[in-house]
Amino acid sequence: MVKGRGVVSLVGNTPMVRLSRLERPNGPKIYAKLEMLNPGGSVKDRPAVYMILDGVRRGLLTREKTILDATSGNTGVAYSMVAASLGYRVKMVVPANASRLKVAKMLSLGAEIVFTDPLEGMDGAIKKAVEIYESDPDMYFYPDQYSNPMNPRAHYETTGPEIMAQTGGRITHLIAGVGTSGTLAGTSQYLRERLPSVRIVEVQPEGEFHGIEGLKNMNGGMRPSLYREQIGDQLIRIPTEEAEETARKLLLKEGIPAGTSSGAALAAALRLSVDLDSGLIVVILPDGLQVGGEGVKRVRP
Amino acid sequence: MPVKIYLPTPLRQYADGHDIVEVEARTVGEALQNLASKFTGLRKQIFTETGGVRSFVNIFVNDEDIRHLQGQETVLKEGDTIYIIPSIAGGSYD
Repeated sequence: MVKGRGVVSLVGNTPMVRLSRLERPNGPKIYAKLEMLNPGGSVKDRPAVYMILDGVRRGLLTREKTILDATSGNTGVAYSMVAASLGYRVKMVVPANASRLKVAKMLSLGAEIVFTDPLEGMDGAIKKAVEIYESDPDMYFYPDQYSNPMNPRAHYETTGPEIMAQTGGRITHLIAGVGTSGTLAGTSQYLRERLPSVRIVEVQPEGEFHGIEGLKNMNGGMRPSLYREQIGDQLIRIPTEEAEETARKLLLKEGIPAGTSSGAALAAALRLSVDLDSGLIVVILPDGLQVGGEGVKRVRP
Repeated sequence: MPVKIYLPTPLRQYADGHDIVEVEARTVGEALQNLASKFTGLRKQIFTETGGVRSFVNIFVNDEDIRHLQGQETVLKEGDTIYIIPSIAGGSYD
């Protein structure tokens, strides 16, 4: 089948696979939604497409403008890919300690990158993006993934229906990490409307100082305005080391190459499965393994 | 000799809000130990139970990752600066 609308039409409809070798005997089934198989390599392709196309529809993104946002990696790759395909320019504001591989992907897709102080983390990158935007608002389209309702909307309209169809409506638990919280908010809203008994489990890093790219401990720093407390029925916090170990286990026992944020979500699923005798857990794995690409690029921006 | 250690935002709450802490040390390991003795809440954040630096924590002396130097044994010179940086965007919520 040939898709006519370019790379944008390849986003979503990701496969789901059962993780039999990680399931507990006589425990619940665990299904993984493989978001790393999106063309840009992560779940972020979905909101990037929605936010950019929404900007075009509303006349906020025109040919003269540059797409500007703060990102720790995946959203930047997704914006850069969609923008290349549709003919727009992108300027991404990235903490200098972001994954080298993702920085390389953005650059190869034609993005301009502004590095910010790694000691200031994502908050520093967001502040810089706002500053750049305010210096010349006519020059930029600033979707702001942390507040843009099109971010959860993408998941309400795509991820949610896909999971419903792929499980034949038999899903009992949805597990996903929160960063902007767009994935969990949109997907859970869709599922709850149709399956009132579905349980939603939110995953955060344990501690504000952590190494789980893309996820946020919501106790610290700037909270994304999309985020709502009690977004899930249950909150599980996972230490970085457990997320890394679980990603390794997923690789070695199931052959699925996944990143640390996927490890965190799966670790929460494995913890949850201990308390359940039956059911069908769906865990969203947001991105893939980054061999050789991690590590800090530079100390100063 | 005195060296300056720069802390990332999520660690400052364990160091009375300081972004820079000055300690006396001859090696990187000594500097980190003295930092963790001065602000005990930092120990669990930086070190594993066996005393190594946690996997995602990168320690730089000036512009160089200590993994490419002599690790915690790296000897400090007058005027060196140490940076503690998580391997991804700290407090990232992408």
